[in-house]
Amino acid sequence: MSDKREIDDVTGVETTGHAWDGIKELNKPLPKWWLMTFYASIVWAIGYMIVYPAWPTLNGYTKGVWGYSQRAAVSNEVQGAKAAQATFRTALEKTPLAEVKNDPDLLRFAMVGGAAAFATNCAPCHGRGAQGFAGYPNLNDDDWLWGGTLPEIETTILYGIRSGDKQSRISDMPKYGVDGILQTSEIDDAAEFVLSLTKRATDTAAVGRGAKIFADQCASCHGAEGKGNPELGAPNLTDDIWLFGGRKADIVQSIFTGRGGSMPAWHGRLDAVTLKSLGIYVHSLGGGK
Amino acid sequence: MTTVLDRRNVPGAKPGARTDSVDVEAHDVAAVNRAADRQLYAARQKIYPRLAHGRFRMVKWIVMAVALAIYYGLPWLRWDRGPDLPDQAVLLDMAHNRFFFFFLEIWPQEFYFVTGLLVLAALTLFLVTSIAGRVWCGYACPQTVWTDLMVAVERLWQGDRNARIRLDKEPWSIRKIFLKAMTHVSWLLIGLVTGGALVFYFRDAPTLAAELATGTAPAIAYLFLGIFAATTYLLGGIAREQVCIYMCPWPRIQGAMTDSHTLLVSYRTERGEPRGPARKGADGLVDWSTRGDCIDCKACVVVCPTGIDIRDGSQLECIQCALCIDACNEIMDKIKRPRGLIAYDTIAKREASARGITHEPVQLLRPRTLLYFAMIALVGIVMLVALWNRTTLELNVLHDRNPPFVRLSEGGIRNGFTVKILNKLHEPRTFALALKDLPGAALSMVGAEPGSALQVTVPTNTLRELRVFVTVPRDGLGQLRDASTNFAFEVRDISSGQTTRRGTLFQAPEHGERP
Repeated sequence: MSDKREIDDVTGVETTGHAWDGIKELNKPLPKWWLMTFYASIVWAIGYMIVYPAWPTLNGYTKGVWGYSQRAAVSNEVQGAKAAQATFRTALEKTPLAEVKNDPDLLRFAMVGGAAAFATNCAPCHGRGAQGFAGYPNLNDDDWLWGGTLPEIETTILYGIRSGDKQSRISDMPKYGVDGILQTSEIDDAAEFVLSLTKRATDTAAVGRGAKIFADQCASCHGAEGKGNPELGAPNLTDDIWLFGGRKADIVQSIFTGRGGSMPAWHGRLDAVTLKSLGIYVHSLGGGK
Repeated sequence: MTTVLDRRNVPGAKPGARTDSVDVEAHDVAAVNRAADRQLYAARQKIYPRLAHGRFRMVKWIVMAVALAIYYGLPWLRWDRGPDLPDQAVLLDMAHNRFFFFFLEIWPQEFYFVTGLLVLAALTLFLVTSIAGRVWCGYACPQTVWTDLMVAVERLWQGDRNARIRLDKEPWSIRKIFLKAMTHVSWLLIGLVTGGALVFYFRDAPTLAAELATGTAPAIAYLFLGIFAATTYLLGGIAREQVCIYMCPWPRIQGAMTDSHTLLVSYRTERGEPRGPARKGADGLVDWSTRGDCIDCKACVVVCPTGIDIRDGSQLECIQCALCIDACNEIMDKIKRPRGLIAYDTIAKREASARGITHEPVQLLRPRTLLYFAMIALVGIVMLVALWNRTTLELNVLHDRNPPFVRLSEGGIRNGFTVKILNKLHEPRTFALALKDLPGAALSMVGAEPGSALQVTVPTNTLRELRVFVTVPRDGLGQLRDASTNFAFEVRDISSGQTTRRGTLFQAPEHGERP
């Protein structure tokens, strides 16, 4: 390094005095704005480390003077959202289930809230659009195993079906084939009779034999005419909706193994307002009675 | 443009004229922004624009006063729209998704009106530019207006050009610190007032003013106030001409709008050259017959807000503010030569005068301007027709996507819809909802008693969303020709009878397929 400033002859620019194999480096300092930004970033970083959580310690981390944490921020936001909904939530809590529909704004709040809760809690089984799958009922239609009025839907949601809850809806269809209650041929006859309820039977002799079996074994729950009984969750066998399939093979299997899906009880898991909203939402899907 | 022209043919220049007055202050400066000595990485040289006096300076003061009056005053203008709506003439109501503009009221789905206004503004800018160059830049652009204001304030505290240069060269003193501080404080205040005025466009002005004063305004108002205060201070006070030269895309684009018939602020080379200081001859008079009218006093350079020398010809940095015309005319009056050495002129006229044609007219009607005018007329007509046909009632229908249809227990098929009714009138209205072109189908709505006539009331100037079901019973399914059947919803205003329809599809399984 020379003490004097050395000017490069060709470019007229000052050199740094460093030379490698006779090649000298020109002194081209960083632009001032770049340096300023760089220094400002350092100052910013120091401030950041002071106010925000930054350094790990042996058993935790430095909390920062602002005490910021993302978890606290989220729960603050949740509290804020709850506070913003407070008017509607208290109104919904106080309004009897049947009267919610008289207030368009409250109805809309319940439906939107119910839809959100449905997507989180119910959609895994019933589907995103509540369209159901084989064994998981479609909630859009007007066929209800356990009743489709608002209070009935609410009871189902609160206590579930075969959920183990004390007030759970419960019933048990025998496993006619598995437990040997009926012979295979008898099951076939009974299935043929069930088909005849929707005018799809092909073997009239089998229908005649099946009618007797149905009256003995099935009518106590499904009714003499096969119309079902919502008190027992026994489906209507005369309509066009088949939870486990309506082809003869499906019906034979249902009789052979018995049927009985389960649904958890939701009281205790969700708050009262959410449960109420869910009931209103499910009722509003179109099939509500 | 360096056409060498014969100055003797220039109107107003009397060949052989002689004058005695050359008592003019000449400035020892070079233009800051010159193509000739431009460097890529040069630091900015500060520009000290001198105050010009004359016709164009007056026009600029007036434009500034009008523009600022509109900007600051508009939010305070009231416009009665009835009890349920804001009474501010111009209001961008973000909270309620409405844009109020005097008699116009724009919903978010009608934002094409705003697009149309912007297209109109752009085309008008093109037309004006093709006629008279960068009139927008020179007179009306916010950057120009606010920079002008900031420079005027600076002049108020620190004096005109020479005083400011002297002050900058002085060592720091109490007086210098005071003058500089007061300038920056004034700029910041202007910035605050500018940002303050902007937020009034987004919320009822008197309410917000009270809130701002008492510190209870929404945080977003303070945020935007701060942002615009800072940008006004930075762009108008500090950055000034650099915004026009380095940041703005318009100077690069506007070259495509101008042609040889465009009126541009021009130095008439043919009359001015050869330039040089005026020297009196032995008779005490200046002989103008052997020299140009430009006495190289550089008055045009020192008034220039972008630091150029107009005598270098048309250049990107020139915002066409015409202050050099004022400055030069003042000098021409003093040395008793005709005005207009620098003037609004077209290339065509200057070339014609070079050939001895002195009365070449300014051609306003030419294919370019006619095309721009035709486009403005077209967009304007489209906008007017759209405005004329703007409905006060709108219906939107959204078919459920999942599930697309639902089979009911008796075998019928049901489709779910979300129906939105938009009431754009300033009064609540009651509508009847009905089905069209779907025989045998039944309509029901969540929240309404089954079988009742579907009537809904939509409050003033709002949208109401309904959940609606359309059911075709088993017997009716045979009449559906396809898996998808076209039909329409219709709403009718009970009192006025106004109706509107919206077509949609009814979806069913193929051939009434059973599970």
